[in-house]
Amino acid sequence: MGAVAAELYSLGHRPNFFYLEHAMGLASSTGLGLSLSLPNKKVIVLDGDGSMLINLGSLSTLARYRPRNLTIVIFDNESLLSVGGFPTATSTGTDLEGIARDAEVPQTGTARSVGEFADRFQNALNTDDLTVLVTKVEAVGPPGFHMDLALLENRFQFQRHIRSLEER
Amino acid sequence: MVVSEESSRTVYNSLKGVGVQLVSALPETWLVHLIRLAEEDPDMTLVRVNKEEEAVGISAGAHLAGKTSAMLMQNHGFFASINGIVSFAMLYRIPLLMIISYRGGMGERDTWQTEGGRVTEPVLQALGINYTMLDSRDTVTHRIKEAHVLAESSLRPVALLLTRDLMWED
Ligand SMILES: Cc1ncc(C[n+]2csc(CCOP(=O)(O)OP(=O)(O)O)c2C)c(N)n1
Ligand SMILES: [Mg+2]
Repeated sequence: MGAVAAELYSLGHRPNFFYLEHAMGLASSTGLGLSLSLPNKKVIVLDGDGSMLINLGSLSTLARYRPRNLTIVIFDNESLLSVGGFPTATSTGTDLEGIARDAEVPQTGTARSVGEFADRFQNALNTDDLTVLVTKVEAVGPPGFHMDLALLENRFQFQRHIRSLEER
Repeated sequence: MVVSEESSRTVYNSLKGVGVQLVSALPETWLVHLIRLAEEDPDMTLVRVNKEEEAVGISAGAHLAGKTSAMLMQNHGFFASINGIVSFAMLYRIPLLMIISYRGGMGERDTWQTEGGRVTEPVLQALGINYTMLDSRDTVTHRIKEAHVLAESSLRPVALLLTRDLMWED
């Protein structure tokens, strides 16, 4: 959502991208619903630290059902960048990887550089297990959040795309 | 005074009848048999959530992936999931089949349920959510089917309220 969604969109939209705007915290739950329903597809959730903190219980639910086809990447900029950049609890030490690990998420990691991220993300794609990858990033976002794609257009396009994969 | 196993089975079979393959739940007394039935059913995916709002995301993911799901919760759990309902299900036009136990109405003995009971229907009305009562075994199957049809055609949340008359055997 917010900056993460706008940044992904700015890199080039694809029909398998679903941007969850506004509903803070539910990206990881949506990833759980998708991954349980599509056991043969890889599901990747890109979330923010604030959005993970608002629904920490989700990490525990994820670990409990352990969908092996799900990878959660948390871009931890230690702030609510999209709404004024106020610091989050990760700025004073809350460790999202530690919380995921203690919730019994089988694969966890923290990346602190682009190189580390590339390695760990590739590793997550190669391993067939639930992964939470916290990625420490600077609190800088795209210049604007405008996306030339209506929420509903994206939602129906995404659903149709999944249907087309299933029919193949 | 026991929770009706027969009514629970009727509700469960009706959910299966409309094609529900995934059920999310956070237990409360009236839901125990329903959750057990989901537990014992090898064809059902049961997701036990830590908070009811998670279930909105889980059902949305299932819907986008082409699966029919239902949410089992009590009215206080419905209150706990309102932002998800508004900011995800309504905003993105996601159908939700919400089975909500209607605690705190006439005949309620538990003091702590009574405030929630007073405001359940006003909150549903304020949100513009279509709802109906499940209050007799004779109409459960029909009403669940109709709620499912409306959720899918309107692409919106629809609520079914489990009442004391249906769920409780005095
Ligand atoms: C329930 C709720 N409260 C507040 C907001 C306002 N809001 C929009 S984006 C955002 C910050 C998200 O933070 P994070 O997930 O860390 O992403 P970032 O903006 O840092 O990339 C907030 C608080 C909201 N959308 N929903
Ligand atoms: Mg952030």
